Amino acid sequence: MATKFTAKPDELSKIDYKPPKKGWLDTPAEFKEHTFCWGAKAKNLNIVEFPNARDWSPAEEDWKLPENWQEIVLEGIKDRLGKYRSFKLFMDICVRCGACADKCHFFIGGGDPKNMPVLRAELLRSIYRKYFTASGKMLGKIAGARELTLDVLKEIWYYYYQCTECRRCSVFCPYGIDQAEITMVGRELMNLLGLNTDWISAPVANCYMKGNHLGLEPHTIINSMEFFLDDIETITGIKIKPTFNRKGAEILFVTPSGDLFADPGTYTAMGYLMLFHELGLDYTWSTYASEGGNFGLFTSNEMAKRLNAKIYAEAKRLGVKWIIGGECGHMWRVVNQYMDTWNGPADFLEEPVSPITGTIFENAKSTKMVHIAEFTADLIKNGKLKLDPGRNNHLKVTWHDSCNTARGMGILDEPRYVLRNVCNHFHEMPEDTIREKTFCCGSGTGLNASENMDLRMRGGFPRANAVKYVRNNYGVNMLANICAIDRATLKASMEYWVPDVSVCGLHELVGNALVMTGEKERTQDLRLEPLPEKEAKE
Amino acid sequence: MKIYNGGKILLGLIIFGALFASPFYLNMGKVSAKPELKIDTPEIQKLEDKKCVEPKEFMRAEHMQILNSWRDAVVRNGDREQIIISGHKYEKSLQNGCMKCHSNKKDFCDKCHNYMAVKPYCWDCHIAPKEKKS
Amino acid sequence: MSILFSFFAVIALVVAAYAGVKIANLQFLFGVIIPYIAIALFILGFIYRVLKWGSSPVPFRIPTTCGQQKSLPWLKQNKIENPSSTAGVIIRMALEVLLFRSLFRNLKTQLRDGKLVYGEAKWLWLAGLAFHWSFLIIFVRHFRLFLQNTPSFIKTIEGLDSFLQVGVPLLYMTDVVLLGTVTYLFLRRVFIPQVKYMSLAADYFPLFLILGITASGVLMRYFYKVHIVGVKELAMGLVSLNPVIPQGIGVIFYIHLFLISILLAYFPLSKLMHMGGVFLSPTRNMANNSRMVRHINPWNYPVHVHTYEEYENDFRKKMKKAGIPVEKE
Repeated sequence: MATKFTAKPDELSKIDYKPPKKGWLDTPAEFKEHTFCWGAKAKNLNIVEFPNARDWSPAEEDWKLPENWQEIVLEGIKDRLGKYRSFKLFMDICVRCGACADKCHFFIGGGDPKNMPVLRAELLRSIYRKYFTASGKMLGKIAGARELTLDVLKEIWYYYYQCTECRRCSVFCPYGIDQAEITMVGRELMNLLGLNTDWISAPVANCYMKGNHLGLEPHTIINSMEFFLDDIETITGIKIKPTFNRKGAEILFVTPSGDLFADPGTYTAMGYLMLFHELGLDYTWSTYASEGGNFGLFTSNEMAKRLNAKIYAEAKRLGVKWIIGGECGHMWRVVNQYMDTWNGPADFLEEPVSPITGTIFENAKSTKMVHIAEFTADLIKNGKLKLDPGRNNHLKVTWHDSCNTARGMGILDEPRYVLRNVCNHFHEMPEDTIREKTFCCGSGTGLNASENMDLRMRGGFPRANAVKYVRNNYGVNMLANICAIDRATLKASMEYWVPDVSVCGLHELVGNALVMTGEKERTQDLRLEPLPEKEAKE
Repeated sequence: MKIYNGGKILLGLIIFGALFASPFYLNMGKVSAKPELKIDTPEIQKLEDKKCVEPKEFMRAEHMQILNSWRDAVVRNGDREQIIISGHKYEKSLQNGCMKCHSNKKDFCDKCHNYMAVKPYCWDCHIAPKEKKS
Repeated sequence: MSILFSFFAVIALVVAAYAGVKIANLQFLFGVIIPYIAIALFILGFIYRVLKWGSSPVPFRIPTTCGQQKSLPWLKQNKIENPSSTAGVIIRMALEVLLFRSLFRNLKTQLRDGKLVYGEAKWLWLAGLAFHWSFLIIFVRHFRLFLQNTPSFIKTIEGLDSFLQVGVPLLYMTDVVLLGTVTYLFLRRVFIPQVKYMSLAADYFPLFLILGITASGVLMRYFYKVHIVGVKELAMGLVSLNPVIPQGIGVIFYIHLFLISILLAYFPLSKLMHMGGVFLSPTRNMANNSRMVRHINPWNYPVHVHTYEEYENDFRKKMKKAGIPVEKE
């Protein structure tokens, strides 16, 4: 069935927001092409010992479910109602005021009413009412309750893989109802039946066995790093020698593996390498804990914990004092809100202190993990970096707050401070599209596959629209962020919606601006493209 | 059933219960007396036909409306036509009409008004008649 | 269909109360027995629901952060929208509960010529806030019927509510506001297509019920007056557990009371529990301090992980070849 996604931007941006005549309770989901991901493969589910491992396809009628699938789902709901107050409360107290409706990027970009966060939640609530509340049992449809049929199960699957857990709805909800929490539970339920996607389950299996989503084996990590080091040498004349799995280093550095694999993430990785080298930081990379991201989070709480466990375990094995984390969105939601609870206490580590500035990172005194934007902002504030922002003069930059770091952490001004110090042209997007009201890239939570481009481009529309605004008004040509998924997905989204805007990580710009000891006069930026003023001189 | 964050939840529920159940415990052991009006002033005693301008039930519900319409009639339209019932003339006036018979404000007006916590603005302007000791 | 169902359900309730009192003379049932049952269901049901929520733990610290986190001392933290202390959380919750802070953020997203624009959308916030505050003030005002000596603060509220001195009995502003906002909340459910699409009978029913309660109250105060002293006698009888049925109160009072009884009994079964739920919402009532203080998950259990040892066993040869240090040679 795999036809190519060919819809043009002006076709896609004609959006019909009018809901259908027929009520949602009786309208089964229509599986539209290019809006869903392929099913998980048996081998990947087997690696992490997940139930009902078999090859399956969402497009086929038969999902190869176990006989008692209904019982499994209902048991699963019951179990989670007892485990998560958030889930139980959010099933109960929604008044359907609709404030969340036009806040979801998938609804804004697609117009499907079941992508209004409230209705996406209602898909599951209707089941909750039917089987767990007195009024639903008695009144049935009048109370918005319905049977868990195969169609309903498919509908929940379809729409719960059309939510990126970005929490924008939760910002506007008068009760703080967070669809991300409900989607997480919904996806856990799907995983009880083996209904994961290939694009999530394969990275999970990779990460579990090989330490990172991309399945880079230890020697491959070193090989790809060699390319960056060669490029850095070409640009600066400096040969950097990072260490791997080195015991006794002061700091362990963990970043998403996407940074090691594909541009523009790779340029960000070069930025890290240059910064740490210039500081003479006593740090090490790890090939075992070679993934900051966590596709387990898009699978189940337990799976996320299993993958995350490697970071503390490796920090303990190597005997480091504390950890720096690279630029990644959901990784930082995990670090901020889950890691210490799951796998702490990290009492074998020390409270993080910057060896360069002596700053104590008090806000990380329990997790012992510092965000690299915090680390770098502190360096700049204390005047420890020599920077030449003019080297980024060819870039007119705007800042994309990633959903997880904005709404699950609140790291907003650290990267902006760094940005203002490493480049001269920085323009904010409209205020309703940044900071806590920022839009998702449209492809988070493991939706960044290639078979669901219609969904991704629609989901990316609101973000792209705001970028287009600053491009038209200020000539912005670079969209900077601190998220590996953003760097991968916004690239595609920009190519589609705003073709002349590129995407970069914060530390790529730092790497460009950083004046290193003993470097030769630079003529190229980290992308090996000529620096504009140097070009003019020649 | 184990309650998590039990302290805070319990505190919240105690506040909830204390507010919503307050009428029950605030009235505990208190005798609630309903207002008994006195209509035995000397002036009323003197009347042969003890009738007000309207029947009792109507007066109970609508006296404020009557006063209001009298005020409008007298003050705004200068219409001071008296009301005659069984040959007795009643002035369209709070002080010279109503209070002439019901001279016992404390035992008449105030009884219900206090019971119902109603504060009519009559007495913002009018001066209540001196109570005669009966 | 859900609109009609809810509408006729409320009409049926009105008719039931009317027939019950006017025809069948069931004053004691509608004036005493049903109110007692309703109050008991409300208070016990409410407590039960909250305790049910309480019986589920909050395993993770998941506040929705709506501002700058606490990090480096020279960066200004948004201490309310991204609180790291209890004081911040209390202020955040107070703003949420008293002023509907989150709803105040509401935006209207519109697509114009292929461009998205975000406009102000404060009507829902304004109507919602006015509705809830009016309801609260009216509720508090009613305490004059339940207390022998009405406390002065209730008299003050009553005085403020009627300070425009329109008509007799004085018009309460909250009565007008409540009628207006309930109507608005109903109309937006009907006229905004998306909101209509998501609305259930459970959304219309409380609106009609509250409209019925307000309308009967307004009629009783301003138009078809009842024997108000008798009403207080009945109310005082209820709360002093000495129920009496005074004569000649008027049937509209019994309709009012019956609808309120239904609202009370329905409350714990419904979305109206958001009144208690808003206080328990983990995305709002927690500090964002989980990197500073370890949050404990009571059901945290050990999980199966792929250990470093297993990893090294898988890749030892390749690691050694690439010059990566290993534990076992």
